[in-house]
Amino acid sequence: MPLQLADPVCAPADAGGDSEYLYTLNFGPQHPATHTTLRLVLTLDGETIVKAVPDIGFLHSGFEKLGEDLDFNQYVTIVDRMNYISPFANEVSWFHTVEKLLGIEVTPRCKYLRTILAELARISDHLLCVAAAALDLGGLTAFFYAFNEREKVYDIMESASGQRFHPSYLRVGGMMTDITDDVVQKIRDFVKTFPKALNDLARLLNKNKIFQDRTKGVGVLTKEEAVNRSVTGPQARASGVTRDLRKDEPYLAYPELNSAWKVVASKGGDCLARYLVRMGEMAESLKIVAAAVENIPSGPVNVDVEGKVSIPDKTATYRSIEGLIQHFELFMWNRRIETPVNEVYGATETANGELGFYLVADGSAKAFRARTRPPSFIHFALFPHLIEGHQISDVPAVLGSLNIIAAELDR
Amino acid sequence: MSTAIDKLKAEFRDAIGTSEFRDNKRVMVPAEQVFDALKLLRAAGFDFLCDIAGIDYLGYPDATDRFAVVYSLTNLATGERLFVKTFVNDPDPELPSVYSLWKGADWMEREVFDLFGIRFPGHPNLQRILMPEAFQDHPLRKDYPLRGHGERHNLPVLTRAES
Repeated sequence: MPLQLADPVCAPADAGGDSEYLYTLNFGPQHPATHTTLRLVLTLDGETIVKAVPDIGFLHSGFEKLGEDLDFNQYVTIVDRMNYISPFANEVSWFHTVEKLLGIEVTPRCKYLRTILAELARISDHLLCVAAAALDLGGLTAFFYAFNEREKVYDIMESASGQRFHPSYLRVGGMMTDITDDVVQKIRDFVKTFPKALNDLARLLNKNKIFQDRTKGVGVLTKEEAVNRSVTGPQARASGVTRDLRKDEPYLAYPELNSAWKVVASKGGDCLARYLVRMGEMAESLKIVAAAVENIPSGPVNVDVEGKVSIPDKTATYRSIEGLIQHFELFMWNRRIETPVNEVYGATETANGELGFYLVADGSAKAFRARTRPPSFIHFALFPHLIEGHQISDVPAVLGSLNIIAAELDR
Repeated sequence: MSTAIDKLKAEFRDAIGTSEFRDNKRVMVPAEQVFDALKLLRAAGFDFLCDIAGIDYLGYPDATDRFAVVYSLTNLATGERLFVKTFVNDPDPELPSVYSLWKGADWMEREVFDLFGIRFPGHPNLQRILMPEAFQDHPLRKDYPLRGHGERHNLPVLTRAES
């Protein structure tokens, strides 16, 4: 049966006699302030928003269905493309869950490297969020200052993995390769130069009259609402929820680095508070990176090949019989990794909040079900609650402070 | 943690099953009691609904039920997690909506409805969310093919004269 074009979101509201002056504005899906493909149907009374209905799904590409067809190592390329602003953090979350399912503990060196790169990804994500929010509110200069620093993070990712945007750097039980001294040097340089750049950014925005006026008191989320609406990450911490998985359910090297940093939280709950929490988190992330990069343990990055989960490096594959056998064991369709017939939920703290995977395994090397808990999806559901009663010019401010990434929203 | 599960067991007697894997604690609750169980757990401190996940168990080893819905709960005061799992079956899979307990359930339930076809009576606006409104199937069901000729071939084409 052929599909019919249907647009229930736009169906005319039951406008009574006294609400005829309301009118409807279609915002997006292609609009500069949405940055990606989101659509909002706004009902306006003059310039005041009476009702906002988000319409999503434009970027839906069946990531979770693909997760049932690709094996754990292959799916990393898809996970990268969820929150493509900080892809490395998504990889950490995915392999955290897979390794939890398999009962593997990665090596100390791998833990530190993953921690450092995940924190750099967080800095990169927050920089983009802050910069794009400022850009939408008219602060173009801040955008260039932030993107200058993001380039440096991309350079580090490129030196480590070979790719700037989608590193696909992790594997079950470890990483694709070890890092080189060049990467360590680049991270050290970044640790030295970033505080000044962050300070510049703060001086451009923190006391900027226009930025303050457009974000203070806009889109207020109370603590009760944040808990009731399942909000996590900087959005929740800006409303006074202090939960941070890096402290509350420590993973990777965070238990050892616990004393190096603090959780950033605020009680404001408005767009300005969310901005300030992000700025504070960047400074704290840099402290984690600074502490971790000087303490990277030596040793292998992959778990022992005897465990039959980690891919042997190319030298072992080509030069030793054990390595060759192990390589084939992992890549032949009828062998591969054996999993327990069970299910597990693993979550890590990404830049946007709690990114979790509910992984159901049926004994094979593919996930039977790879449910993603996408923070952007849950945060965008907040949008009507935050925007109703505000002006139409507040839409970019609230959207920018929620940091909605459509690829993760629609998956 | 144990106190909440004890309360649950005292309230629902034999209906509750528990299981554990790694650090995940799960309770299995029958579909008709899931709303009351979640309400009780919410009052017992599990105040944060982390996620609602749908699973289609078609073809899973030793599976007896078709669908499962997993509610991931978190106790924000203590940081504990609890997974409440409930099974539903064809021909008419449905579960009571928990929107009245957590407003965060709004889009999560819409997504499970969209991708699995499990209905949530009591939901204020149970519409498709990711797929187009006129889409007929539920793509994350195991009997929906991963690749092949599908609905795209039937999409209406607008000509210049019509537009």
